[in-house]
Amino acid sequence: MSRRPRASGYFRTGYAQDLKLVETRTERWSLSAFLMALLAFPFFASPFQLDLANQVFLASIGALALMLLTGYAGQISLGHAGLLAAGAFTAGILFKEMNAPVWVTLPAATIAGALLGVVFGLPSLRLRGLYLAVSTLALHFLVVYLGGEYEARRGFSTGIVIDAPKLGGWTISGGRTWYFILGAFAGATLLLCLNLLRSGTGRAWAAIHAKETVAEALGIGVAAHKLLAFVISSALTALAGALFAYYRGFVSVEAFSLFLTIQYVAMIIIGGMGSLLGAILGAVFVTLFPYAIEAAIGALPGAQRYAGSLFAVNYAAFGVVMILFLVLEPLGLVGVWKRIQTYFLLWPFKHRPMPGSRR
Amino acid sequence: MLAAIYALIACGYVLVYRVSRVLNLAHGELMMLGAYALMLTAAQFTTYWPAAIAAAVGLSLLTGVLVYLFLMRKMTGEMVLAAVLTTVALGILLRGVMVLVWSAQQQYPAQALGVANTSIALPGGARISFFSALLILTTLLVYGALLSFLRFGRWGIRMRAAGQSPLLAAQRGINLHAVYALAWGLSTLTGALAGILIALDSGLDQTMAIIGLKAFPAALVGGLDSLVGALAGSLIVASAEVLLIHYVDPLLSEVVPFLVLIAMLVVRPWGLFGTREELDRV
Repeated sequence: MSRRPRASGYFRTGYAQDLKLVETRTERWSLSAFLMALLAFPFFASPFQLDLANQVFLASIGALALMLLTGYAGQISLGHAGLLAAGAFTAGILFKEMNAPVWVTLPAATIAGALLGVVFGLPSLRLRGLYLAVSTLALHFLVVYLGGEYEARRGFSTGIVIDAPKLGGWTISGGRTWYFILGAFAGATLLLCLNLLRSGTGRAWAAIHAKETVAEALGIGVAAHKLLAFVISSALTALAGALFAYYRGFVSVEAFSLFLTIQYVAMIIIGGMGSLLGAILGAVFVTLFPYAIEAAIGALPGAQRYAGSLFAVNYAAFGVVMILFLVLEPLGLVGVWKRIQTYFLLWPFKHRPMPGSRR
Repeated sequence: MLAAIYALIACGYVLVYRVSRVLNLAHGELMMLGAYALMLTAAQFTTYWPAAIAAAVGLSLLTGVLVYLFLMRKMTGEMVLAAVLTTVALGILLRGVMVLVWSAQQQYPAQALGVANTSIALPGGARISFFSALLILTTLLVYGALLSFLRFGRWGIRMRAAGQSPLLAAQRGINLHAVYALAWGLSTLTGALAGILIALDSGLDQTMAIIGLKAFPAALVGGLDSLVGALAGSLIVASAEVLLIHYVDPLLSEVVPFLVLIAMLVVRPWGLFGTREELDRV
């Protein structure tokens, strides 16, 4: 990952420094303060806020996975909800049929996701852009159909109920426990993504994203790396799906509609393409957005009258926000953030010097 | 019957894609909007129902043009994904607004218009409802009109030119924005026609957008830039759907179009009648 040079006189003088994730003292301080705040949060938050935070963590895992695929490797996928569903159903079915413990179901879901990733990725070897998006969309419908079929055949027409997971003699339940577990998973995903992108794999993806022919000419195995992108992204997504199933204690195909896919795509668009920070910001934004709308409507006079149409208002407002971001701020929240950063870095000047001009 | 529905909807996808290379995933919602527009006009023209339909169709033509002028025009020259996502967002927005305005309950515009949906006996013992017959007739008419329009009409030729090469077309003095707007208008119009006729036949509720989405594989199977292809694709998809539902499993109805789609994408991604060169192979 190329990092922009800093404004003040910080220069890297060795390869070890180049490899560091946290570079300056200020960064270290702010990062540890942020982590402390994250750790302290569940002890002050209400159960509702905890639930929100957990949802954000879950969404971040999925959004990070999609960002790897779409934002970095440049492969458009509209099958994200299908993969989440696959993870959730793998966990649910294993639990129902074999009463499998959580340390079996989670890896199983991840492996199922990876296998599905190969299936989702195969069209990408032949198709590009729009057609690829369409083929993943079709696969989404297929996966959801299979899930629905399982529900119908086995008589769980309303959904599969999953008990709280047990590790040893310890049952995972309660918002606070989940907060730490989901947070750890999200953090691990973030670290994995960060390091993947710095490695040869990440660079190969960037090359494929930029120009496939050139990437091939440079000796990068285009087909293998595309498939790898799909596999890693799908495995992470399926893991998120399985965690979602355990967290909710319930799996049903209704949860994995096309709208969910659109939400995830909206996350990486609103957050900002090609940025891990963007994926997380987008996940926060999209997850909290409906609740913000709800609160806003609740604050209006005569809130009771609108209560029935809340869902529709959410839908409409979500569409408006997405359109606004696409039209006005294609770089997303990260674009806004970078602009603020640049403003302060360059102050009192307005524009950065022309590249190549003498300072 | 199903083929006629798909064909009528699919030609909307084809029109927009052929001219502006944008896949309009909001087509199902636009189609639903047309049907709801009929509810609106039905209140105005209670006496004479063809007038209500005509007014609704006119309204949807206007909607299509407006959508282009205010939204999609800004997305020309952006990434394909961005444009497609804009249509998706538009679809979500429309769906929300439609639920807000007309509520999610099922409605029967045919009753509002006071038209009885009589069934007509066909030779051979089959029966078909009046509006289904009308739908098939409309599909044939629309395809005839569109094909001759694109072949002979002055604006039709302009549309084909813009689709083939926007740059050259613009240099020959073709107003691209007008052409694109016209394509969006026509596409919404045909979609609305389909929406209206389906609504008249079997009532109107929020699930209609799904029919719109299911018609999309039909367009792709035939080739996204070919009207004839859309017709053939609809026939294939619809017959596959009917046969599989009949012989295998009724639950399959939702997925069959997409199964056909996957099969097609694997074998011949550009569709039966589509142009080949636009898909640069890896």
